[in-house]
Amino acid sequence: MSEINVKDKEISVPGETLATGMDILPGIGTYRNGEKIVANRLGLAMIEGRTIKLIPLSGRYIPKTGDTIICKVIDVGFNGWRLDTNSAYSAMLSMKDATSEFIARGANLTQYYDLGDYIVCKIVNVTSQKLIDVTMKGPGLRKLKGGRVIDVNTNKVPRIIGKQGSMVMMIKEAAKCNISVGQNGLIWIYGEPMDELLAIQTIRKIEKESHMSGLTEKIKEYLEENRRKN
Amino acid sequence: MHRELRSHIISLLAAGIRLDGRKLAEYREPIEVENNIVKTAEGSARVKIGDTEVIVGIKLEVGEPYPDTPDEGTIIVGAELLPLSNPDFELGPPGIQAIELARVVDRGIRESKALDFKKLCIEKGEKIWMVIIDICPINDAGNLFDAASLAALAALKNTRYPSFDGEKVDYKVKTDKKLALEKMPIAVTVIKIGDKFIVDPDTEEEKAIDSRLTVSSIEDGTLCALQKGGDFPLTMEDIDKMLDIGIEKAKELRKYL
Repeated sequence: MSEINVKDKEISVPGETLATGMDILPGIGTYRNGEKIVANRLGLAMIEGRTIKLIPLSGRYIPKTGDTIICKVIDVGFNGWRLDTNSAYSAMLSMKDATSEFIARGANLTQYYDLGDYIVCKIVNVTSQKLIDVTMKGPGLRKLKGGRVIDVNTNKVPRIIGKQGSMVMMIKEAAKCNISVGQNGLIWIYGEPMDELLAIQTIRKIEKESHMSGLTEKIKEYLEENRRKN
Repeated sequence: MHRELRSHIISLLAAGIRLDGRKLAEYREPIEVENNIVKTAEGSARVKIGDTEVIVGIKLEVGEPYPDTPDEGTIIVGAELLPLSNPDFELGPPGIQAIELARVVDRGIRESKALDFKKLCIEKGEKIWMVIIDICPINDAGNLFDAASLAALAALKNTRYPSFDGEKVDYKVKTDKKLALEKMPIAVTVIKIGDKFIVDPDTEEEKAIDSRLTVSSIEDGTLCALQKGGDFPLTMEDIDKMLDIGIEKAKELRKYL
């Protein structure tokens, strides 16, 4: 007979047996070991009918096709750029995906993207060997000029963005900053010095309190409070 | 490599503010000094400046003096940049960074005459105490120089001799005799970015520095050591200003010991 050992939304650690029984199915972040379903990582266990999945709370970014990410140029080659994706794997931006402009044979590629530049790009393909191809063709994909890039926990990115981008819109308006959030946990912020600070402090607060309920209200209050001071 | 970051920092500095909201000549908070944290060492300390954390351990060994200074003990400073403290650090023999860190700490202590080497002599020409200072950064969030020299000093301050019967050292038994610390050399690293001077850089700022000057000074403001780094030159006026900042800030750090 099957048995579930965890409550819904309970924190689970790697190696923890979440359930036993063949009629329960392992979802994302879990695996089956004989009769048992075991957690793969630290996260919140979610029970959905017969499946158990984990919403991860920690861990590095794992590249996924279709994600918009912020990358740093780490190498300029003959026919493209190599990018640091803030994960274990680097991405390749080929010349034909980089710009719609004509690039002459043998042109100096650093005039488009130079070493150390940050760019917003989109993952078009991830192979089974985790070779990543990205493109710069699409709305909002560009080179980032000015401002600064901060690093946050990848798993908190959905909370920072909010439902249909509500949270990040709220920060943008209150802090009067330009903000770009990459799925890989890098966030670009550009604005006046004090405004940038408020945006960063707000993002750090979201990161810390992302598991609490009523987060949007809390952040709204926090922004109201601190905006007046500035 | 970090042109964008550098120009952004410069525009912030012009407004009198740093990336993390600090003023130009402000250390990160909190600064913590914990003494005697390693049982097996004769003296030890852990220093935290913001997120930067450094542990220093002191061992005392009996050895032979150098032939040119038969009545003087000696100090040996070693730093190991552990990969756990920064993703850029790698295992292996110490690199330029580690050697520089160790030498800056060494020079501060040596040149200020913080330790009277003559008092470290046990038997002239035969036996001396060797003070071995080991620096381990636990987390490198910038400004290892200041954190390491503060930690080294704190550790020296609470170092006690192990018992020694003339033949063998018994490290299990510590005597009440303390290592005599004559002076308190404090190192402050002053950074120049654009035409502004800052202290206590964080990781981001360290990437964008033009030049840095580590200023070691003792209680009365006497300079005892300098170390210049970074790719850009400094003018005489720059150095004057940096020395003033360094000596001023050292007073602040001295309170934590």
